[in-house]
Amino acid sequence: MNHFPESWGRPRNDIYGPYNPSFLQTTGPKAHTQSPAVTGTSVVAVKFNGGVAIAADNLASYGSLARFTDVKRLRTFGDSAVVGFGGDVSDMQYIDRLLGSIDIKENYSAHGNLLNAKNLHTYLSKVFYKRRSEFNPLWNHVLVAGFDGNGQPFLSSADLLGTTYSAPHLATGFGAHLAIPILRRLFPEEKPIEEVSKEQAVAALKECIKVLWYRDARSLDSYSIAVISKDGIEVKEDEKLEAQSWAFAESIRGYGAQTV
Amino acid sequence: MTSLMGYQPQNEGVGYSFSQPTSAPIKEHSFYPYTDNGGSTLGISGSDFAILAGDTRSVAGYNINSRYVPKVFRIGGDDETGEGAHILLAVVGFAADGQALKERLDAVVKMYRYQHGKPMSVSACAQRLSTILYQKRFFPYYVQAILAGLDEEGKGALYSYDPVGSYEREQCRAAGSAASLIMPFLDNQVNCKNQYIPGSGEGHALEPKMPEPLPRDTVEQLVRDAFTSAVERHIEVGDGLQMLLVTRNGIEEIYHPLKKD
Repeated sequence: MNHFPESWGRPRNDIYGPYNPSFLQTTGPKAHTQSPAVTGTSVVAVKFNGGVAIAADNLASYGSLARFTDVKRLRTFGDSAVVGFGGDVSDMQYIDRLLGSIDIKENYSAHGNLLNAKNLHTYLSKVFYKRRSEFNPLWNHVLVAGFDGNGQPFLSSADLLGTTYSAPHLATGFGAHLAIPILRRLFPEEKPIEEVSKEQAVAALKECIKVLWYRDARSLDSYSIAVISKDGIEVKEDEKLEAQSWAFAESIRGYGAQTV
Repeated sequence: MTSLMGYQPQNEGVGYSFSQPTSAPIKEHSFYPYTDNGGSTLGISGSDFAILAGDTRSVAGYNINSRYVPKVFRIGGDDETGEGAHILLAVVGFAADGQALKERLDAVVKMYRYQHGKPMSVSACAQRLSTILYQKRFFPYYVQAILAGLDEEGKGALYSYDPVGSYEREQCRAAGSAASLIMPFLDNQVNCKNQYIPGSGEGHALEPKMPEPLPRDTVEQLVRDAFTSAVERHIEVGDGLQMLLVTRNGIEEIYHPLKKD
């Protein structure tokens, strides 16, 4: 025993040698996320008459390893908004907690949680922009689906840099290459969204998820889909891709057994 | 006593062993905080109006993010719609910085009106915008801004900026990815560069045509022509043309579809 309370209960230096703090970095640059680790791939979403449909598969990859196959990347907020996350899964979980605390705080107000999807999107884009400006980005690309202040269907995107944009159909990641052309062909932008039914929208998203499963090596055949309409949010989290056809693979070298 | 225990007292601080600084090799940051969202903007001032225009395409690399993301904004309006504004701002470059810049300037112009009980003049707003840009000199807003409004005499006023706040008042300016395509056209058509008065002389005696403020219809047509041409030659420009016009009667908005290819 000595007169230095700070050393009480610690391994004695005379016996164990001085404590080696090298693993606790206190100086040098902070270890900010410089690249994502466990990631989710595409999110796809489309507006329809009276609402928005959004889908994402249930995979979290660790590089090329399909690490977690039961990760829900769609998150509901309040009773008429859904956020779909692409990118880093730990950052997604952080944002999930952030939204959880906002939801709780809002629900203490006299009117309940009145934040709509548009408000939520503004908030998220500001969080992303603040973090990128601190060089400590949240490595995500999110789609926010729901309704705006006028009760119109709302669909918008925000990414790790704080860039925002909205369109009748959106997709993140590989979906931007594979799903957007499909959606643009099915629902041309000159065609008003009032002419797109909920069933058409859902069928289109399933088709997109299927094409992504065919062609995106970091995708999965189990997925989540959410439909936001005036009746509320309808989320299905353990969907399986149906009616797959691998006939196209026959003609491609590299799939299946080669007979050359 | 302490020496008997084999404890070496530390001279300063509490002396937790884990607070000891260690030197780590400097890591290189690989995160790049900017992107280019493409597109172009263009502003022309006249004798009693100013026009700001921009295409509405937003891109990321070869992807089109959206076909309708406006680049021209009303500054200092009464509400979300920008109603009651008398200043316009066009931003092109990194869209997130553009959005942040627009919101800051909008707040500044609104605060000015609440604090001084009169609308901010365009020249004051122009200087303030320069200051806002320069405040981030070492982590700039990656945007080319153009500010437009009417000056104290009611004439069209147009100010153009570089990303760190250098600015000047001009008759016309093109910015963004197709600026190099549009600006020479403007030099010729608005500032009458390389235009001479026919029959005024031979060789050096040939008298150059002097620029004068153009009428509104001519300017609108110039803007449309500039953009339809830029769409042909630049892949990041297209989808739609948004034109905002300030006159003494307020702000008018005109939208023209452009090629979506």
